[in-house]
Amino acid sequence: MIEIKDLHKSYKMGSNSLHVLKGINFKAEKGELVAIMGSSGSGKSTLLNIIGMLDLADTGEYVLDEVPIKNLSETKAAQYRNKFLGFVFQSFNLINYKNAIENVALPLYYQRVGRKERQEKALNYLDKVGLKEWATHLPSELSGGQKQRVAIARAMAAEPKVLLADEPTGALDSKTSYEVMDLIQNINDEGNTILVVTHEEDIAHMCKRIVHLKDGVIVEDKKVEQVRASEYVQ
Amino acid sequence: MFSRDTWKEIFEAIGKNKLRTFLTGFTVALGIFIFVTLFGMGNGLNNTFDLFFGEDAVNILKIEATQTSLPYAGYKAKRNIEFDNSDLAAIEKDFAPFLDYLTPKISRRNLITYKKNSDFYYTRGVAPGHLLAENSLMMKGRYVNTQDLKDKTKYAVIGRMVEIDLFEGEDAMGKIIDVDGSAFKVVGVFQDEGGDNEERFIYIPYTTRQFLEGNEDEFDDLVVAFRETLGHAGAVKFEKQLLSYLKQRKDISPKDNRAFNVLNFADELKKNQQFAGALQIIISAIAFAVIISGIIGISNIMLFVVKERTKEIGIRKALGATPKSITNTIMLESIFITAIFGFLGMLIGVVVLNAISGETLEEGYFITKPGINVGLAVFVTILLVVCGAVAAFVPARRASKIKPIVALRDE
Repeated sequence: MIEIKDLHKSYKMGSNSLHVLKGINFKAEKGELVAIMGSSGSGKSTLLNIIGMLDLADTGEYVLDEVPIKNLSETKAAQYRNKFLGFVFQSFNLINYKNAIENVALPLYYQRVGRKERQEKALNYLDKVGLKEWATHLPSELSGGQKQRVAIARAMAAEPKVLLADEPTGALDSKTSYEVMDLIQNINDEGNTILVVTHEEDIAHMCKRIVHLKDGVIVEDKKVEQVRASEYVQ
Repeated sequence: MFSRDTWKEIFEAIGKNKLRTFLTGFTVALGIFIFVTLFGMGNGLNNTFDLFFGEDAVNILKIEATQTSLPYAGYKAKRNIEFDNSDLAAIEKDFAPFLDYLTPKISRRNLITYKKNSDFYYTRGVAPGHLLAENSLMMKGRYVNTQDLKDKTKYAVIGRMVEIDLFEGEDAMGKIIDVDGSAFKVVGVFQDEGGDNEERFIYIPYTTRQFLEGNEDEFDDLVVAFRETLGHAGAVKFEKQLLSYLKQRKDISPKDNRAFNVLNFADELKKNQQFAGALQIIISAIAFAVIISGIIGISNIMLFVVKERTKEIGIRKALGATPKSITNTIMLESIFITAIFGFLGMLIGVVVLNAISGETLEEGYFITKPGINVGLAVFVTILLVVCGAVAAFVPARRASKIKPIVALRDE
């Protein structure tokens, strides 16, 4: 599903440049649930941004579902993001003046899905994350965990090939974190490919595979015994 | 681009930011209001000029004989010049192809009495052509005619206001009035578009006036109506020729430009129209400057809006919004605000123009019926849409260039 070969990325910081990714080789098959771990500055977020086409690599190959991702115009990148990728962010990034269902329907709007179908799909996904009754509430009326579930519903609404989650539990307490991870595991069980950036060991072990980054290179890549989050959720 | 959803997005954004929507709108509304009001006032000034000169015929030269300023042909300077009736005949003969009609004008202030009422009025000794020169209309009876000139009749043609004031509503026709001791019979009553003062004159045959003053055949003012087919250039040429002809007849130096006071109505009209035109251009320039400052205002506010919404735009882009869709939304938003508030400003402007239109403005500031026509209204509307687009262009481009990764970097 995802194939990355010898990926390099550096940022210019004034006169000196900061080499963030120093030759990443990475592969993820369909249906995998991968945790990307590393201390801050290890390059894990940069890697996720490049996979998410929010950022461009300097050199290297990136193939997403057999589509080579290179020389992207802004418009093309936007279309690919819309079609291939779903994002979940640490700070939820819901649009604060839109209610839950409108937020979930937004990627569908950019896919030019008709209004009625959009509403139906959005409501369906809200139902999946257990927030059907909250459809008309604004983000400010939701708890942190609810917000993140709306964000996950939004990411899934466009039926992406890969779900990218950047510290999805970073702003949540552990109980809520497990609820969110339970949801992510369920989505993965349905066959969706998911990448989770995290620095929390327990969250990482709820994935099926852990990739460790250190100073811009992968230092460890191992399959793990998945801990089901539902064990922690009543 | 014009789907219901696009507009829903725009309305949401507008509704969410009420204060800045209001501020932006206020800037535009004010700009357009000032534009419409100024332009309408300019039109009002133009209307006044049209009205002033619309009353009288414009194919007219008024020549007043005064004093020579240069010695010539053995005469000293400061010699008094008077026209006499032989001049009339000579001009009529020598300038026939150019002339419409000629009339002398001898103005006097006389005490006019009818029964117990008496008041001072201006009487004007004229020839029949003067009716055309003043563009007056006969309400009753007739004007001075050629038979009157020949017979030096004591007939008077009075203005509508004279009939009202002196006769107190009584029919003046056929009544006898006293003009400084001479009895005149009223043979006609006229009205004039030029206002009440124009209707306070009394016209009598100029020959009668000359006879009353001792059978002289002299007069000061000559009104010459030339053929309208001469055009403006022809009129100027005719004026030159006529003046040098008169100077020759009266032994005045060809270089003496003060002996005759000349008022060329066509020239005056043109000058005034040019003045009004220049004024209109200045007003338009000011109005446009106001609109441009309005555009800059909107542009500034939109820039601020884009900055404020950077994160939201970043989220939208991450979810698949193309740069074009972002640009479109912001441009449409700006155009919408500009158009709605601009229209409001225009409406208020029109209402205000209508409200202030009236006597005080006409009498005190020479502004008659200020307003804008449909063409300008359409122009302003198009201008609004263009302004909205122009104002939003830079902010919209900036928004479309926002990198989602930068916008979402919030930790």
